[in-house]
Amino acid sequence: MNENLNNWEAVIGLEIHVQLSTKSKLFSGASTNFGALPNTQACNIDLAMPGVLPVLNEEVLKMAIKLGTALSADINSPTSFARKNYFYPDSPKGYQISQMDKPIVEGGYLDIETESGTKRIGVTRAHLEEDAGKSLHDDFEGQSGIDLNRAGTPLLEIVSEPEISTPAEAVAYLKSIHSIIRYLDISDGNMAEGSMRCDANVSVRKKGDLELGTRTETKNVNSFRFVEKAIQYEIERQVHEIESGNVITQETRLYDSQNNTTRPMRSKEYANDYRYFPEPDLLPITLEKDFVESVINGMPEMPNEKKERFVSKFSLSNYDADLLAADKGIANYFEEVVKISDSPKLSANWIMGELSALLNNENLNIRDSKVSSDKLGQLILRIEDGTISGKIAKDIFEKMWVSGKEVDIIIKDEDLEQVTDDDEIESMIDEVIANNPQQLEQYKSGKDRLFGFFVGQVMQASQGKANPKQVNEILKSKLKE
Amino acid sequence: MDLHKLSLKEQLEGLKNSEFTSVELTSHYLKRISDHDEKFNSFITVTGDNALIQAQAADERYKKDKSLPLDGVPIAHKDIFCTKGVRTTCGSKMLSNFEAPYSSTVYTKLDEQGMVMLGKTNMDEFAMGSSNETSYFGPVSNPWDTEYVPGGSSGGSASCVSAELAPIATATDTGGSIRQPASLCGLTGIKPTYGRVSRYGMIAFASSLDQGGVVARSAEDAALILEGMSGHDPKDSTSLKLPSPDLTKNLKNSIQGMKIGLPKEFFEKDMPSYVEQSIQEAIETYKSLGAEIVEVSLKNINLSLPIYYIIAPAECSANLSRYDGVRYGYRCEDPKDIEDLYMRTREEGFGAEVKRRILIGTYALSAGFYDAYYLKAQKCRQLVANDFTNAFESVDVILSPTTPGTAFKAGEKSDDPTEMYLQDIFTIPANLAGLPGISIPCGEHDGLPLGMQLVGNSLEEDKLLQFAYSYQSNTDWHKKMPNI
Repeated sequence: MNENLNNWEAVIGLEIHVQLSTKSKLFSGASTNFGALPNTQACNIDLAMPGVLPVLNEEVLKMAIKLGTALSADINSPTSFARKNYFYPDSPKGYQISQMDKPIVEGGYLDIETESGTKRIGVTRAHLEEDAGKSLHDDFEGQSGIDLNRAGTPLLEIVSEPEISTPAEAVAYLKSIHSIIRYLDISDGNMAEGSMRCDANVSVRKKGDLELGTRTETKNVNSFRFVEKAIQYEIERQVHEIESGNVITQETRLYDSQNNTTRPMRSKEYANDYRYFPEPDLLPITLEKDFVESVINGMPEMPNEKKERFVSKFSLSNYDADLLAADKGIANYFEEVVKISDSPKLSANWIMGELSALLNNENLNIRDSKVSSDKLGQLILRIEDGTISGKIAKDIFEKMWVSGKEVDIIIKDEDLEQVTDDDEIESMIDEVIANNPQQLEQYKSGKDRLFGFFVGQVMQASQGKANPKQVNEILKSKLKE
Repeated sequence: MDLHKLSLKEQLEGLKNSEFTSVELTSHYLKRISDHDEKFNSFITVTGDNALIQAQAADERYKKDKSLPLDGVPIAHKDIFCTKGVRTTCGSKMLSNFEAPYSSTVYTKLDEQGMVMLGKTNMDEFAMGSSNETSYFGPVSNPWDTEYVPGGSSGGSASCVSAELAPIATATDTGGSIRQPASLCGLTGIKPTYGRVSRYGMIAFASSLDQGGVVARSAEDAALILEGMSGHDPKDSTSLKLPSPDLTKNLKNSIQGMKIGLPKEFFEKDMPSYVEQSIQEAIETYKSLGAEIVEVSLKNINLSLPIYYIIAPAECSANLSRYDGVRYGYRCEDPKDIEDLYMRTREEGFGAEVKRRILIGTYALSAGFYDAYYLKAQKCRQLVANDFTNAFESVDVILSPTTPGTAFKAGEKSDDPTEMYLQDIFTIPANLAGLPGISIPCGEHDGLPLGMQLVGNSLEEDKLLQFAYSYQSNTDWHKKMPNI
């Protein structure tokens, strides 16, 4: 595949299924916990026993309203459910209860940060539907098992407009949705466990063409990295097919992460006619204005709002603010640190630098950080007030990480306080100059580079504790003498 | 004592006054079932042992003076209502081995009020039929003449009450399945307002039309039990958020000055002269009781049958998808793959009428046809409902025949679905509009009973029963029982 991809552009739309973190299922009282023994969390309703009826779990309405509001979308009232008919063993009713004509969320957007600045991606709709069970093909010789624990788990399917142009944009969009659902606490967004799943609709066309190419839908992409790779593969495959004189078939494809390819999926049925019709067992739901407002009033600050506040209140760069705001836990940690350190920029650098490095190293969440926000705030405060240098602070931070001790205790125990007394620094400088006459000679004859040598000698003499700024200033004047 | 000759209300009083025990009453009916039901095939399952246990418990409660509102009175349940631990077949091979793991709300409510279940009654397969000839468990015959059908789909319920093998029976009505068999068997059958009786555990045929009710020997008996099975059920999202109505309070009030509407569209139809005559006599009776007769127009009523035969099959095509041989019920032998399992299970497990309706419904919902059929039918359904709304501005109830004629012979219409579908021409409109309807006996022809239908405004079951009671207090048609 060595076609010139530059002549082509991709048109990408994402369908994201978010599993809502309700205690019970969308239409039954069965538990939604992950990982229980097969079919132990499937009640008569989930098993589609004759005569059972669905009753909506109203918690999902609140969750959907929050998401819709975060996406600046309309909340439809009345909103209604529809039956989507298809036969598959893990779909016990032979139809899925979903939404068709009146999805609860319609017409929103999301701004994402791209290489060329902020880009707005339209969100067509987000609708509620029930998840299917799972078919287990490998557990029984010559037979398939069905586990209906997942059947009926509430999903919100978020459908984007086909306005995404690159795999990187797709990931940015997906991460942004992930960040929102985590902020709203409506899903754990765990892609590996399937609580957030992404299907990518991809087509390609020659740059400048107005007409859309034939699209494929790639399913089973269960990490951010795979989304990027699957879309990239699909773009290259389609360009290759077309340039080889073939046509693209509209089909559903499965991403194979081991080989990094996509392949056509076995069709679930011959014809793709779901025969949608309004669900007669559930009447259309009118959302009272007061109810919607109370849900919206209870919403937390959203990542984009937080980002803007970080920029205006703390004078952070767009980039820093975006990174910090993306994760609610990190954003909260940052604000806690700033409360103590009173130095937003330095706090941001420490969190995204040293702290992130150690967290990543040990694969820890911010919640489990071994240095609390209070303690990091204290450390930064000691840098700011000149007690310690930035360099020593890094050593101290590592010690704090291991021991859990507070910064002031480490400084005291190990005598690491910065030397800021002019006289003391001056006497150290005098000693260094006296001990290095040869270098002094060379410096005076024009070898300016040797200034750094003297700084290094002084710092060494102070065991790194001398205030570098003062060392610089005093040394400069001394060497002029 | 011929305990079965007592009305349900008299039986309840007899139990309260210790004139007989529930065990005696129950045993009496169980004996009648075992003596006579071979002729009628009105029961699919008789739960004799369990009935006697329930009866004993009721007697204990009477002894301790802790009786329940309907304690110890026997009832038969249509085999569409799930009953925990008892086979629930819905008249189908598909569920011929199905034991429900839970009970329907209707069963539970009546059970909690002390009623004793005699058994599960025969019915058209998945409630699809008007003659009770589509049951996997064989046809039911009419106790008035066993060569004739009892009507359907609640044919077993109507047949067993008519033969006095049970004092009353639950039934369901999607397009006339309570009222039509009540008419053909000489009984009082009421279908309440859509949402009055919980559909939870009542196996679905067409969800937006299905409604539970009873077939009884009088309006008074029907009122007593319908009240006991009505009321809001949080397990059914379409259940009305209203408490159970008091159906006995106004029962005996006079209908003096109340208005009966006669839809001219119904009376323009060709109807057999005996039907016309019986209806005319009923109208005269009502006039003599002080009711005023008003002509009304239901101008879209002729659309009812085609609307029904789009919406009901469409909903049924989805409702019956769950019978796939995977989790319960019938499964074909040695399926070679999942496709084969589906195809043969459904081919072998469903009867012809059920398959016909699934096909019609699937077709009506298919891409390209949906707008022309399903969507249009829903819009027309609203027109029919509007006609009723307008009519009820000027009248209290609307009167018509229940059926085009008396019972027909078994086999007579079973090869002609459209002829069979015409059986429900008078009853379907009430289902489309979600309105309550009642059929009461009002005549006889060649030894077979005939009923008239009263349709009421939404939530006015009490008024329908008041009209029915008033008529039955002045006529004897409902007292005539077949000689079995």
